[in-house]
Amino acid sequence: METLNYINNGQGLASWLLTKDHKRIALLYLASITFFFFLGGLFAFMIRVELLTPAGDVMTADTYNKMFTMHGVVMVFFFLIPSIPAVLGNFLIPIMIGAKDLAFPRINLLSWYIYVLGGLFTLTAALSGGVDTGWTFYTPYSTAAANSHVITAALGVFITGFSSILTGLNFIVTVHRMRAPGLTWFRLPLFVWAHYATSLIMILGTPVIAITVLLVAAERMLHMGIFDPALGGDPVLFQHLFWFYSHPAVYIMILPAMGVISEIVQAFSRKNIFGYSFIAFSSLAIAIIGFLVWGHHIFVAGQSVYAGMIFSFLSFVVAIPSAIKVFNWTATIYKGSVRLDSPMLYAFGFLGLFTIGGLTGLFLAAMGLDIHMHDTYFVVAHFHYIMVGGAIMGYLGGLHYWWPKITGRLYPEGWAKFAALMVFVGFNLTFFPQFVAGYLGMPRRYHAYPDEFQVLNVASTLGASVLSVGYVLPMVYFLWSIFAGEKSPADPWGAKGLEWETPSPPPTENFYVTPIVTHGTHQYAPSKEVGIV
Amino acid sequence: MSKGRAQADEYYPGPVHQPPVHIAGTHVEHTHGHHPKLQHHFDTMAQQIEASTLGMWVFLVTEIMFFGGLFMCYLVYRTASPEGFAEASHHLNVTWGAVNTIVLIVSSLTMALGVRAAQTSAPPKTQVAWIVATMALGAAFLGVKAIEYTDKFTHHLVPGPYFKWEGKHPAAAEMFYSLYFCMTGLHALHMVIGLGIMMVIGIMAWRRQFDADYYTPVEVSGLYWHFVDIVWIFLFPLLYLIGGHFTE
Repeated sequence: METLNYINNGQGLASWLLTKDHKRIALLYLASITFFFFLGGLFAFMIRVELLTPAGDVMTADTYNKMFTMHGVVMVFFFLIPSIPAVLGNFLIPIMIGAKDLAFPRINLLSWYIYVLGGLFTLTAALSGGVDTGWTFYTPYSTAAANSHVITAALGVFITGFSSILTGLNFIVTVHRMRAPGLTWFRLPLFVWAHYATSLIMILGTPVIAITVLLVAAERMLHMGIFDPALGGDPVLFQHLFWFYSHPAVYIMILPAMGVISEIVQAFSRKNIFGYSFIAFSSLAIAIIGFLVWGHHIFVAGQSVYAGMIFSFLSFVVAIPSAIKVFNWTATIYKGSVRLDSPMLYAFGFLGLFTIGGLTGLFLAAMGLDIHMHDTYFVVAHFHYIMVGGAIMGYLGGLHYWWPKITGRLYPEGWAKFAALMVFVGFNLTFFPQFVAGYLGMPRRYHAYPDEFQVLNVASTLGASVLSVGYVLPMVYFLWSIFAGEKSPADPWGAKGLEWETPSPPPTENFYVTPIVTHGTHQYAPSKEVGIV
Repeated sequence: MSKGRAQADEYYPGPVHQPPVHIAGTHVEHTHGHHPKLQHHFDTMAQQIEASTLGMWVFLVTEIMFFGGLFMCYLVYRTASPEGFAEASHHLNVTWGAVNTIVLIVSSLTMALGVRAAQTSAPPKTQVAWIVATMALGAAFLGVKAIEYTDKFTHHLVPGPYFKWEGKHPAAAEMFYSLYFCMTGLHALHMVIGLGIMMVIGIMAWRRQFDADYYTPVEVSGLYWHFVDIVWIFLFPLLYLIGGHFTE
């Protein structure tokens, strides 16, 4: 008889749809998130097709507005924000801390249903004609002028926000109360630290966007006029409330990816992490300072110069903990026994692309330069380097690294390396030209543009095609590996950490015997105690 | 430091990826006596209780941020037009507001006594009595709120096309009533949810579910009730009392 694990323990659709096992819920999330990823990708592809030629010829300006709006809404709220926490975090955090499950398994399942419900609202908005406000729902356009399905989409964002809140709540309580005997805070894997910091942002930020989009919906339905200048409201207040969440939301996307990179870099350099406590605390620093920088989105929207100066200064400050992490990862790789397996390729990609994305963020945080760059493709390129080059590289790297643990199967390493290469090349070809176009003055969100930008746009569309191959490939070989892949041992990489000490795939309660931890969980060098401060 | 699980100094040497022999079925039987309410993924009742209360506290933090957005809007617009807000505030009935404040504070007392009744293993009748008292006070609050809302509707104080204002600051007054309805409306929604929770808690108490060993649901529901109460403690002066403050 085959050993009992979480996949074969319980058969049939109901055993999955009513499961309280965090590992199965992670797989439910994986399936739904993958759907939204390819849906958002489809919208992006339509944008790139339109921009092949300077004239607006494939679709009307209105349709184009809806394309980039739906691309943004789907990718931000339904893919990037839940991606790593809800899939990898959900699967791994209880295992990494030696627990049987998250603290609230039923709330965990509820969060997935809420996510699906929010997704249905957004799909309804998309199918019944789309939304054209941009993913930012800026007022007064979204409340007074937009003649599209703003309320439906806003409610979709509102609802799915609660799934994010519940996930964050669950992680915080789990890390506080469910750690295995001997697993002190400074023995925790850095992946867990990163998710703890992410959860803080989720619980503190998400309620604010919830009330904000609720007020937008109230304004459209009931003519409340909180943000409508015609009724004495202030549209800039909307921008403040919106970015109070939506800037920290960028850290919801990137912090978990940083956690993944911390794990991969150690495993494939065969070294203890350099500066454990610095990486751990820099996650918290990003979470806290990240709440104080939102005003850099409003430099040109009528904010006072003094407020702008403070926000600019704080935006420079928030780059420091990110830089600390990059230097520590580099120092970890230095003189390590580096193995270039596919997860490590994604980690290298992350390091380069995130650094570019972060440094160009400093360009935009400088008030003078931002006047030139604001609302150009430079901004688009910058945040795609963070969100795609950073967050999605981390997500794919983590998915490759833990896939053998999740499914118990090995994927074809050659194809994985090829796909990683395609993603890296395709990504740079797509977004680097956008830095140039933006610097030269091409504004974002237009479906037509002057002829001199065509070369850059054609390059970008070409890159997007390569990138899409890089994204489809893993889906193909991952699916193939489930049915035909070689069986994975408990620890296929020779990596450290509690998750590699339990079988692949793990049993329903994660461990047969609750592990007792006596040292840092990632001790590659046996002699010294890791990370005790 | 983790309080829920014991600390240990010795290292467990055995292979953790070998299943023990007795796992053949789909369920690992617990061999020693647990409290029947202990969920499988917790080690002890203490750990379970700590997790639940911490979870509710974290949830209340999200609620603070949720209402915080509205309080922020209030702050911005009141600063922009303090006279307009004072003028608009005069049309709220301070007496009804004060009555409701007292009703909610008393309901927090009955709630706390309900938690205590469960903690001290009081008979189910006593537990249910306190919870029913809490629900009655909550319903009374909503009743007063309904009277007030009706009054606003009849006097054209609901924002929108039918809003009418005779005073000097019609725009600020409309903004004040937009915020009034958003803030008190969301608060009332929380009260309705609270009543639903209390209904469930009351039924559980009637079925003898709570005693000194297991009263977490009463306790965390009580935390929620107190929170909703406290929100009103802030809403009452901000909305009802500022008029008096400005005319003096």
